[in-house]
Amino acid sequence: MAIDIETARKVAKLARIAVNDDHLPKVAEELSGILSFMEELKEVDISNIEPMTSVTPMELKRRSDEITDGKQQSLVLKNAPDAKEGFFVVPKVVE
Amino acid sequence: MSELAKLTIEQARTGLESKEFSAVELTTSCLESIETAAKLNAFVHDTPELALKQAAEADKVLKTGSAKSMCGIPIGVKDLFCTRDIPSQAGSRILQGFKPTYESTITQKLWDSGAVMLGKLNMDEFAMGSSNETSIYGDVISPWRENNSEKKLVPGGSSGGSAAAVSANLCLGAIGTDTGGSIRQPAAFVGIIGLKPTYGRCSRWGVIAFASSLDQAGPMTKSVRDAAIMLEVMSGHDEKDSTSVNMPVPNFESFLTGDIRGKKIGIPKEYRMDGMPDEIERLWSDGILMLKDLGAEIINISLPHTKFALPVYYVVAPAEASSNLARYDGVRFGHRANLGLSDGITEMYEKTRAEGFGDEVKRRVMIGTYVLSAGFYDAYYNRARKVRTLIKKDFESVFEQNIDAILTPSTPSSAFALGEMKEVDPVQMYLNDVFTVPVNLAGLPGISVPIGLDNKGLPLGLQLIGKPWEEGDMLNIAYTLEKSTNFDATPKSWW
Repeated sequence: MAIDIETARKVAKLARIAVNDDHLPKVAEELSGILSFMEELKEVDISNIEPMTSVTPMELKRRSDEITDGKQQSLVLKNAPDAKEGFFVVPKVVE
Repeated sequence: MSELAKLTIEQARTGLESKEFSAVELTTSCLESIETAAKLNAFVHDTPELALKQAAEADKVLKTGSAKSMCGIPIGVKDLFCTRDIPSQAGSRILQGFKPTYESTITQKLWDSGAVMLGKLNMDEFAMGSSNETSIYGDVISPWRENNSEKKLVPGGSSGGSAAAVSANLCLGAIGTDTGGSIRQPAAFVGIIGLKPTYGRCSRWGVIAFASSLDQAGPMTKSVRDAAIMLEVMSGHDEKDSTSVNMPVPNFESFLTGDIRGKKIGIPKEYRMDGMPDEIERLWSDGILMLKDLGAEIINISLPHTKFALPVYYVVAPAEASSNLARYDGVRFGHRANLGLSDGITEMYEKTRAEGFGDEVKRRVMIGTYVLSAGFYDAYYNRARKVRTLIKKDFESVFEQNIDAILTPSTPSSAFALGEMKEVDPVQMYLNDVFTVPVNLAGLPGISVPIGLDNKGLPLGLQLIGKPWEEGDMLNIAYTLEKSTNFDATPKSWW
């Protein structure tokens, strides 16, 4: 299945990546190329096959629900592009 | 002095123990080699002060006679590992300026064992690539050249900086990561050893995630014994990684007996591909003959779903990447785009990610987003996960027939020229990983061993695939192969 320009625009939006309109045809073409490479998978009989969830057979580990870490506000904020008064700063999100 | 940088870890260990030279002298030799090798663009963040401090500490410990296995050994670290207060940006613009406030489990284990950190190594952006041409730091140039040619070659990828650094003797060993072949393919391209452990053997904590169900870190070294030494230090259970497996770490070096009599080696017919160069065929036959001469039993096997491994990989890996890379939003770390007055938070995300990610990363994030989106999830993502089950079953049924290891070529060709693959469509580049990807999909250990040079004078390698958790046995077969081929070619310095 080929990806048209509208689908490419939608995918870019979902992925939160700004793509200029004049780039969309190239993106659509490249994504279509990769996708056609995946079409081969349709040849495989997958009836009664479970999808893989864990490559190593293992129980998901559990631990008790206790606080073991914390009080590292300055370290958490250290790499932020913008931080003030102990918070991350982003553009206004409510009107 | 720069002669010391040429040593293997094993040789350096002996020299340090017998006080033939000090850790500071060894480290200085590596630092000098790095300084003169800027053209290779392998090291991207040097840490000479830290290295000399660690080396001086190692020398003190060595005097007490209680040194651990990597004491005083200078190594390089792929930029994918988080290292405290040292830039760690996965070769990406989006992590520009990021200095982790914590240390990855694997690098911490290495420093605890006395290893010395020379700096961070170049790589494809977010480990997505097979040629090290997608890095924000620029291309890595392979130390190897074709006979009588000055053409620039790729070192392979994504651990291309690690491969080039070990091959050019800038460090004694390096760590890389392998999601679809990113340790084994570059190792084969530059004639060194590259080992991907069983999934769950080494902690992924603090390793910047690409595709979590496939990623494993491993050693890249000048000899099989060196890989055994490093792997032992890097392995072990870690509570911070829920997929890290709680089982004892063997002494991998003790497996290296050189005796493989009676071992059953599987040769999968599906790896004999159309259009494969004769030289790769010949290399493979040579490897088979060598193992036979050493007393192994050669058995033809079938892994029927092999041809679906690449398409499965290019659904599963981008899907996981699109989720993992969602965290790069310009809020908590790294790059944030300059915003216009009317820009809201969505524009901040979109502009930041458009500026911060390179083309290949964008492609994979978008493909991943597409295959996970409503309406396509079953057709692509779930189907791929089911075929992945079948690929794993292929290996399981072979191992049930008491096969000890599988021998295949590491790559479908020797190293190619810079720009040669980049210009064609992305799928051509993906084909580089055809022999390595199935191993990640099945979570198995694999190792690439250099075997010889092709008629252009470039290294070629063979891959051994082991049973889960049987890295020791796999290393012994690799060790036997290494001794038998006696590969000792090194690139002639032009840099």
